[in-house]
Amino acid sequence: MVQAIVFLPLLGAILAGLISLIGAHARCPSGDTVQHNGDVHAHDAHGSAPIGGDASVVHVAHHEPMDHGGHGHDDHNAPAEPAAWGSRPAELITTGLLFVAAALSWFALVDIGFLHHDARIALFPWINSGDLQVAWALRADTLTAVMLVVVTTVSSLVHLYSIGYMDEDPYRPRFFGYLSLFTFAMLMLVTADNLVQLFFGWEGVGLASYLLIGFWYQRPSANAAAIKAFVVNRVGDFGFALGIFAVFMMIGSVDFETIFGAAPGLAGKTIDFLGWQADAMTLICVLLFMGAMGKSAQFLLHTWLPDAMEGPTPVSALIHAATMVTAGVFMVARLSPLFELAPNAQAVVMFFGATTAFFAATVGLVQNDIKRIVAYSTCSQLGYMFVAMGAGAYSVGMFHLFTHAFFKALLFLGSGSVIYAMHHEQDIRMMGGLWRRIPYTFTVMSIGTLALTGFPLFAGYFSKDAIIESAYAAHNPFATYAYLLTVVAAGLTSFYSWRLIFKTFFGEPHDKQHYDDAHESPMWMLVPIGVLAAGSILSGLPFKEIFVGPHGVEEFFRESVKMNPHILEDMEQMPRLLGLLPTLMMVIGFAISYLFYISRPYLPVELAEQQPLLYRFLLNKWYFDELYDIIFVRPAKWLGYTLWKKGDGFIIDGFGPDGVSARVLDVTRNVVKIQTGYLYHYAFAMLIGVAGLITWFMFGFGGQ
Amino acid sequence: MTTWPILSVVTFLPLVGALLVYIVRGDDEATRRNSRWIALWTTLITFAISLILVARFDPAVTDFQFVEKTNWLASGITYHMGVDGISLPFVILTTALMPFCIIASWKSVTVRVREYMMAFLVLETLMVGTFSALDLVLFYLFFEGGLIPMFLIIGVWGGPRRVYASFKFFLYTLLGSVLMLLAIMALYWNGSTTDIPTLMHTAVPRSLQTWAWLAFFASFAVKMPMWPVHTWLPDAHVEAPTAGSVILAAILLKMGGYGFLRFSLPMFPLASHDFTPLIYTLSVIAIIYTSLVALMQEDMKKLIAYSSVAHMGFVTMGIFAGTMQGVAGGVFQMISHGIVSGALFLCVGIVYDRMHTREIAAYGGLVNRMPLYALVFMVFTMANVGLPGTSGFVGEFMTLIGTFKVAIPTAFFATLGVILSAAYALWLYRKIIFGALVKPALMSMKDLTFRECLTLFPLVALTIWFGVYPKPVLDMSAASVQQLVNNYTSAVTAVKAAALMQ
Repeated sequence: MVQAIVFLPLLGAILAGLISLIGAHARCPSGDTVQHNGDVHAHDAHGSAPIGGDASVVHVAHHEPMDHGGHGHDDHNAPAEPAAWGSRPAELITTGLLFVAAALSWFALVDIGFLHHDARIALFPWINSGDLQVAWALRADTLTAVMLVVVTTVSSLVHLYSIGYMDEDPYRPRFFGYLSLFTFAMLMLVTADNLVQLFFGWEGVGLASYLLIGFWYQRPSANAAAIKAFVVNRVGDFGFALGIFAVFMMIGSVDFETIFGAAPGLAGKTIDFLGWQADAMTLICVLLFMGAMGKSAQFLLHTWLPDAMEGPTPVSALIHAATMVTAGVFMVARLSPLFELAPNAQAVVMFFGATTAFFAATVGLVQNDIKRIVAYSTCSQLGYMFVAMGAGAYSVGMFHLFTHAFFKALLFLGSGSVIYAMHHEQDIRMMGGLWRRIPYTFTVMSIGTLALTGFPLFAGYFSKDAIIESAYAAHNPFATYAYLLTVVAAGLTSFYSWRLIFKTFFGEPHDKQHYDDAHESPMWMLVPIGVLAAGSILSGLPFKEIFVGPHGVEEFFRESVKMNPHILEDMEQMPRLLGLLPTLMMVIGFAISYLFYISRPYLPVELAEQQPLLYRFLLNKWYFDELYDIIFVRPAKWLGYTLWKKGDGFIIDGFGPDGVSARVLDVTRNVVKIQTGYLYHYAFAMLIGVAGLITWFMFGFGGQ
Repeated sequence: MTTWPILSVVTFLPLVGALLVYIVRGDDEATRRNSRWIALWTTLITFAISLILVARFDPAVTDFQFVEKTNWLASGITYHMGVDGISLPFVILTTALMPFCIIASWKSVTVRVREYMMAFLVLETLMVGTFSALDLVLFYLFFEGGLIPMFLIIGVWGGPRRVYASFKFFLYTLLGSVLMLLAIMALYWNGSTTDIPTLMHTAVPRSLQTWAWLAFFASFAVKMPMWPVHTWLPDAHVEAPTAGSVILAAILLKMGGYGFLRFSLPMFPLASHDFTPLIYTLSVIAIIYTSLVALMQEDMKKLIAYSSVAHMGFVTMGIFAGTMQGVAGGVFQMISHGIVSGALFLCVGIVYDRMHTREIAAYGGLVNRMPLYALVFMVFTMANVGLPGTSGFVGEFMTLIGTFKVAIPTAFFATLGVILSAAYALWLYRKIIFGALVKPALMSMKDLTFRECLTLFPLVALTIWFGVYPKPVLDMSAASVQQLVNNYTSAVTAVKAAALMQ
């Protein structure tokens, strides 16, 4: 069954890929000849710029969309081309297979979580060399089952939604192929049985994310964002890879079971790095967490996530809200037996989680792009999950991951529906009053917002409050820090979420034209968001016991995560009044938002004018992009250029081959001069030579 | 065991093909066609016969197999051929890639076709010979002989600066090799034999080890190429015709790595151990330095050439780590790099044939006209980046994990390469493939032809196959690598123990 869940999406991806290729091939004929325009291209055009010659006659076809100036529009490219061959079959095949996988996943959740039928399915060997034994294997325990459900459910709904959302795009088979490929990689990630396979899925989702962010490859901003996502993730993977190496060095295996068994034996052992004796367990966990930071867009490695919004909206919902970005959280939960042994690493996790939760929320306050607001919100919520991980309350973090998948996917897809209605306008300043035009979208977005802000009885209420409680109850150097920041962030979350709703759906329309044309989306899109809206309510209370209740967790998760033994009991000891604090913050955030955007709309403008520094600081995302550009990007380019021109060109070649050949030429030139033609010159030279030779013989050999 | 000298047949069959091409005289279209077909069939048959080697090869045996030995020159110098788990993968790689080179040159080479094909066939003999020679003199002949056809290929069929590039290539490599010749002579005087298996089991005096190691190092480091003697490579690649670049990147570079495995480690273990820090340093510099340089390249071939240097850095690092994973990873990385970089050069050749420029800035938005090409290029770009699931990952991962065990700082800095490789490879892809198609010159570009698909699709399949299931290659070399590592480790520990006794 697990095999079917994992490989059905791959099958879909391959089929859609083939359909896409056949269509593409039909559209673009083969041939190795080109019509050359006159003599522009000399046959050895090395160094010449063949584009220069007739650049003036370039008539950029109007249907080749240029960059729309940053991120103002999520848009499909105007369909200059007819839809690719086999679009509908590709959509139906991939979506159908995903729904089968989703149904099987729910079945698997019951089978594994409640009936305790854990499984480990060995497939075939992968990398075997000496004591390094890595095999392809699927691991199915409760933790995996929860992720299977999240991934396949959201993915199948996103597939369905995309049929409507992408209906004008000419390259749908490719899009659906990518979506299914992503799903496959994500499923390989969550079913991994060893660190290397986890890494396979990890980078596989990175690839799919790269392809999907850059799906509209004609837009330079999309390409840049895709590369940024991949490279920033690679920075995290750098740590992840080192973590794997360190595990292998200390334990001699990369299999989870072996590692977990051997981990307690590492207590007190150190790893020597350039003379620095680092505690082995702490170092390993921190390195692995670095991977999680990249994938889950945590503070310092978060910069790719907002840019990733260049991709089509369904992609943002699937990858950048519900599944891929939660991979880091999943990884820490999966490796909980290691993290439980490294309290210092847990402190690091909690610190970064709390910082991200707060930081991203502050940036979210002032953004104007509807998708970026939701993106920063995602970033912030991921921070919450890491706080729970740092507290050792892994099931609680997983609970938030589970509920968040529904309501955040809902918010993204809802935003997509708004964008679709507004003809690809993404700026909330251009919206307003939309609730009259698209009441269904408004309703589901409100449900998503209620769930996100933690309104009582909605899903987020249970999971988010549990995280804040876990921060309070944790025995971690950063527990208080995390508690305070998460509580404050709860207020900020409420503020920016309601700001989004108020500016989008209430007030006066700012773009009359778009407002009048706004229309509800097709059923393909409305059904999935309806289902997610239901999930945003139902994924909370009914699941609370198995994720948060001490007994339920024991029974449900069993060995799949290693909880901090006291955390769940300690959470219940929390003073009642303090427990109400997050809800109070939520109400305050709502009230301020209401004040700012409904009753006194001039207030935010005044505030921004009074505090220009703070406003700009937030609007520019704490200047991280600029900072990284100065610290990393420019120096790397400068260094590359310098090493190339000065290092290779001037020093190595200059003193090496070019220099030598120049010297040789000099010497020959001088030798030519020496050859004067006078006999006595030669005779004299010979005499000196003979004298030298005799001297050398006498002293060289005589000395022995 | 074997009834016929199968290894010699594989080695010299291409030479027979070259003779056939030579016999077909004339310079008309029919001659050209004939020489192409003869070359193609020769390489295909050679490949087919080399597959018999794979079928009959017993991976559990650590000794040399398919051994042929007859007297040749003077006393002690013999015609001695044989392969083990380390050399066989390279033999197969060579025979497997040759047909692709011939097909890739089918249309792009139009002048002196006969001579071109002969050069390639002779080159194949010399390359296979290098990997299967078991006598130092024989090895040296093959090893050095390979320079000549390659020199001609670059110098005759190359680009505008071909003369500079071919001389640079020739002199660099020759300079290294001359030192190796001296070391070979020294070894002969020391052991009065040039038989490689015998020398592998002969303890060479420590002082000679150091000098011989350095001399061999000079030759192999240039071939690899290691920083700072790498500057011939970008020039050679840029000027070489497509198939020349493929062979250069895929096979000639591997001779350096093979040399380290066959000579440096087994014959001079103590010197190898002493010089390991040097190798580590050079490897790490190569990985970071050339990756940074690759970031700024304006020529497609140069970029890939620099990335080759970086990838070879992983190989040298892994080999000298002296651990099972490091050495096996080095072998695998070389095979994988042979496939991937060869394919990348083929990809460059495809657009070069259409546009006659390799400048990155001249391209952009090719995906709009060449979707198949875009897909194939994507696979190889990702393999170059080392994405798990492609063969590029396995080698990189194994060398790093093997090195980390013994030298954490080296592995740490080398791992930085994975970030940089993503940056330059994706940047290249974006500039060439993605974007809107606005350059008028590119408007009439057409997608891959059947012939081009024939050269690329098998390589795509191999890249993914070895990425998901590298077992065939790893198993083939496992026993020999294990023996190599054991001998190396025991030699080093023996000396350390002796030092402690004193």
